[in-house]
Amino acid sequence: MRPINTVIEEVRSEAPLIRTFRLDRNLDPAPGQYVMVWIRGVDEIPMSFSGPDTITVQSVGEASGALFGLSAGSSVGLRGPLGNGFVLRGKRILLIGGGVGTAPLAFLGVQAKGAGIKVASLLGFRSIDDLIFQDRFEALGDTIITTDDGSLGIHGRAAAGLKELNLFDYDQIYLCGPEMMMWDIISRTQEHAEKTQACINRYFKCAAGICGSCCLDPEGLRVCVEGPVLMADRLLESEFGRYRRGPTGGKGPCRG
Amino acid sequence: MPSLSIHAGGLQLNNPILLAAGILGTTGASLCRAARAGAGGMVTKSVGSLPREGHPGPTIVHVDGGLLNAMGLPNPSYKDFQDEIDTARASGVPVIASIFGSFAAEFAQIARSLKADAFELNLSCPHAEKYGSELGRYPDLVESVTGAVKAASSVPVWVKLTPNTADIVELGLAAQRGGADGVVAINTLKAMAIDIETGYPILGNCFGGLSGPAVKPVAVRCVYELAGRLEIPVIGVGGVSTWEDAVEMIMAGASAVQVGTALLRGYGVFEEITTGLSRYLERKSLTLEELCGLAGRRRS
Repeated sequence: MRPINTVIEEVRSEAPLIRTFRLDRNLDPAPGQYVMVWIRGVDEIPMSFSGPDTITVQSVGEASGALFGLSAGSSVGLRGPLGNGFVLRGKRILLIGGGVGTAPLAFLGVQAKGAGIKVASLLGFRSIDDLIFQDRFEALGDTIITTDDGSLGIHGRAAAGLKELNLFDYDQIYLCGPEMMMWDIISRTQEHAEKTQACINRYFKCAAGICGSCCLDPEGLRVCVEGPVLMADRLLESEFGRYRRGPTGGKGPCRG
Repeated sequence: MPSLSIHAGGLQLNNPILLAAGILGTTGASLCRAARAGAGGMVTKSVGSLPREGHPGPTIVHVDGGLLNAMGLPNPSYKDFQDEIDTARASGVPVIASIFGSFAAEFAQIARSLKADAFELNLSCPHAEKYGSELGRYPDLVESVTGAVKAASSVPVWVKLTPNTADIVELGLAAQRGGADGVVAINTLKAMAIDIETGYPILGNCFGGLSGPAVKPVAVRCVYELAGRLEIPVIGVGGVSTWEDAVEMIMAGASAVQVGTALLRGYGVFEEITTGLSRYLERKSLTLEELCGLAGRRRS
């Protein structure tokens, strides 16, 4: 499959460094799946869906910066949807998101609510300035917000919001955000790991399960095709939260 | 069931189906997974003397009958790779370290510093400036690099050859003169793809290498030619995705066979191929040795 030419129909600013791009086609993704976005002449990068025809992007590097240079009417090449997304299970679910990682959860929450599932959310942001999708989550159900600087909601990291919740109330927990935020949640809620689905990030090159750049120790899970959504119990004894490999394949610290 | 165990290129292998270089070979854990899935040996991702991030994306394009790639030799450098090799070797299955450099002494330095069961010299990557086929298309450089690594190392040395040349046998003979314990043929065919919506070459590097079923007839021909002229074993690679492909490659003269692009289907390919090969040998009452090079003997 060659990259599919796709026109950007609309660009919406969500926060100073976060934008949502609405595409001219619905690739029928599952929430948690990703798409490789080719910004021609620059690079190809993986992006999560925030809706059936939208991706929500934080500007962090050259390629995402180049994407921010595109406006409605510009086009990109797409490969996807790829990987395994979230699977809806049970009657009551909890979404735990951090920063731009809330994007696939907002998409999942809408599908869940449409299926009659009761949705609650715990969302962490650096500050009120970085807040995104507040209305979308509040329309789904009870929403707890934390900010690192205390500018909105509970003062602290996302995990600080856990004390407001009884995780036994939920059939399934869905997690997406910066790695250290997710690791903080997973390591504090280990007894719930078997019902926690985490959408994780590794360095993807081929996004086809053959180059090996995204393999997770110690099992060698190919995150680009066997993830990016993995059950948290598979992460507990893995490299997740401890180290990650970068573009060279060398080990480095986890971000965020 | 007939035994698939063989001695090839200086290594004792439980079976002749190996993981090819550049495929799921960045981490020790993924190499171990190939061992658990039934690979007879694993070739690592190529490592050089300095860390490289590789080319910008897209790094792969699916095309009819195969895959184009231009990864660009990403690697953490040999100084940061021994751990991964050690993890992989703990599987008990031979690990062949693929190494690259831009001159003989650089190859030799890497080979001196790494501990592996064998080395495979990447003299054939078609899409990295100053490396791979940029050296490997010159017989005198193939010979001198091979000789330098042989002098620096006590384990078997395989030389992976490029098909992007007028006469691959010349390159194979050069490797043999340099003292190689085997040659590996073929690396990918230099290729490109263009986005017709905009005219942009799709690969971030513009040029890449074609692999997969489309290149298999080229690989079979190269292996056949090499096996007919060389004294050292030939390891066949290029588009093998089924046991039938492996049989064909062995009939062409391959002592062992590497599998790469077929891993798109997952790790199950190793067992599919070894099981099919085993059943075939049983049905034909043949040994692997009898199968190897059968096509050449039919012609003589």
